[in-house]
Amino acid sequence: MTRPSDRYLPFIGVLALVFFWYLGWAMRVVDPVLLPPPHAAAIALWKGLNGGKLYADFGFTIWRTIASILIACVIAIPLGIVLGASERLYRSVEFIIDFFRSTPASAMFPLFLVIFGVGDRTKIYVAAFGAGLVILFNVAYGVMNARKTRILAAQIMGASRWRVMMDVVLMESMPQTFVGLRNGISLALVIVVVAEMFLGSVNGIGHRVFEAQQMFDMPDMYAAIFAAGALGYGLNFLFLIFEKSFVHWSGK
Amino acid sequence: MNAPLPVTDTAAPQRVRQLPGPADKPPAHITVRGLYKNFNGSVIYENFDLDIPRGKFVSVFGPNGCGKSTLINLISGLIPIDGGEILFDGKTLAETRIGYVFQNYREALFPWMTAFANIEYALKLRHVPKPEAQERVRKLVAHLGVQIDLTLFPYQMSGGQQQLVSIMRALVVEPEVLFLDEPFSALDYEMTLFMREQLQRIFEETGTTMVLVSHDLEEAVYLADYVLLLSRRPARIAEYQMVPVARPRNDATLASPDFVELKRHCLEIFQREVRGS
Repeated sequence: MTRPSDRYLPFIGVLALVFFWYLGWAMRVVDPVLLPPPHAAAIALWKGLNGGKLYADFGFTIWRTIASILIACVIAIPLGIVLGASERLYRSVEFIIDFFRSTPASAMFPLFLVIFGVGDRTKIYVAAFGAGLVILFNVAYGVMNARKTRILAAQIMGASRWRVMMDVVLMESMPQTFVGLRNGISLALVIVVVAEMFLGSVNGIGHRVFEAQQMFDMPDMYAAIFAAGALGYGLNFLFLIFEKSFVHWSGK
Repeated sequence: MNAPLPVTDTAAPQRVRQLPGPADKPPAHITVRGLYKNFNGSVIYENFDLDIPRGKFVSVFGPNGCGKSTLINLISGLIPIDGGEILFDGKTLAETRIGYVFQNYREALFPWMTAFANIEYALKLRHVPKPEAQERVRKLVAHLGVQIDLTLFPYQMSGGQQQLVSIMRALVVEPEVLFLDEPFSALDYEMTLFMREQLQRIFEETGTTMVLVSHDLEEAVYLADYVLLLSRRPARIAEYQMVPVARPRNDATLASPDFVELKRHCLEIFQREVRGS
C-alpha cells in the first residue's frame, strides 16, 4: 500500500544523517577539527561551487570522465559487436576480457604512467580502459543473446545477414549495451577521482578532496566529497532517464 | 460440400495412405518429395512425400514430438533439410514469398517499433518505397477490418492483438503461403476463440494457402480444409483427412454431427498413432 506521503520517505534518511552528524559533532564524538558541523560543510560546498576552486575542479572531473567514456565507447562498442557476432571469437578472448575486467584499474596506474607520463592523458586512458572493458563485455553479451526468434522472423521476411545485424541484432543488444554504459560511467568516475588524487594532478575533485585533507580544511574536504557524490548520482540519474526513453522496451 | 465421410476400417488398422496428397486431389501448391531430416542421429523424416493444395487451409496434427513444427520449419526454410526436394509451384523457396507466424509473438515482433512499423518493416525488406508501404499497410488493416491502435508498441498490447499484428506482418507482403506454428497456444481460451474467427475470416478474405500446426484437435479440424495427421517419428502421413464442412464455420459447426464425426475419426487415428500399434 502506498500513501501520498510515501514520496517523502527518502528524505527521512537524509534528515537522520544530518541529525546524527549534528549529534556526533555536539557530543564531540570525534575531534571537531576532523568533524565540522554539517552547516560548515554546506557553506563550504556552496562557496566552492559559486566561483570557488571546487567549481573548476568539478568541471575538470566531468570533462575527464566524459572524455574517457567517449574513448571507451568508440573502441568498445564496435569491438563488442564484432566479438558478439561470432560466439567462437568471443569465447577465444573471453578469458582475457574477464581477467582484465576483474583487475582493479588502479593497479594499472604505474603502467599507464610509464607509457603516457603525468598528465590528463594517463587519467583519461586508465578510466577508458576500465570502462571500455565493462562496455565491451556487455555489448558482446547483448549481441550474443539476441532473441533467436526475432532473427528468424527477420530472415524469413527476406532480410539479408547484414540487415538482420543492423535492424535486429543491434537493437536487441541495446538494453544490455545501456547497462554496460551506465556501469562504465560509474567506474570511469571512480577511476578518474582516484587518479586525480595520486597521479600528480593539480585539479579535479579527487585533487580537491586530497588537498583539503592535507591542509586540514575539513569543511572543504566534506564539500568535495559531497560534490563527488552528487556528480556520480547525477550522472547515473541522467543516464537512467536517457536509457528509459531510448530503450523504452527494455524489460517489457 | 457434403461428401460422404470416410469409413474407418477397424479391421485393417495398419492401412496407411501412401499417396502424398489428399484424396480429392486438388492442384498442389507445395510439393515435398523424398524429404529426409535427422536431429543428432534420430531420424525425423525419411522418404517423406507431401502435397499441399493451393488456396486451401491445411492443419498439421500429430503425437508430441513427431515433428509437426519441424515439418513447417523445414518447408519454410527455418531449418535446413538434409535431403529431398521442396517446391512451391515448381519454384524454390528463394523464389517464393512466404509468411510465417511464430507461436511466441512476444519474441517475434520487434518491441522497438510500433505495431504499424512492425508490419511496414516486412515491406521495407522487400524494397517497397515508404509511401507505398504505408499505403499497403493501411489497406490491409482496412481490408481485414482490424480495430487496433497500431501506433502502440507491441508490449503495450494484449497477447491476441500482438499475434494479430504478427499475422498482418506476415500477410502484408501478400505471401503465396502462410505458415502458422501453434499461433494461439500462448493465448487464453477466450482470446483463442476470438483469434480462430479472425484467422478464418482472413483466410476467406485472402484465399492464401495456409498451413497451421496445432496441438488442439478441435482447432485443427475447425479451421482446416484438410487435416494432415502424422504418425510418430519417423513421421509418415497417417491420414490426410478432408474436412468437407461449409464456411464460414461458427459455434454451430462445432456441434454439427458432421464435424463431431470428423473430429472423432481424427482422434481415433491420432490415438492409434500415439499407441504406435
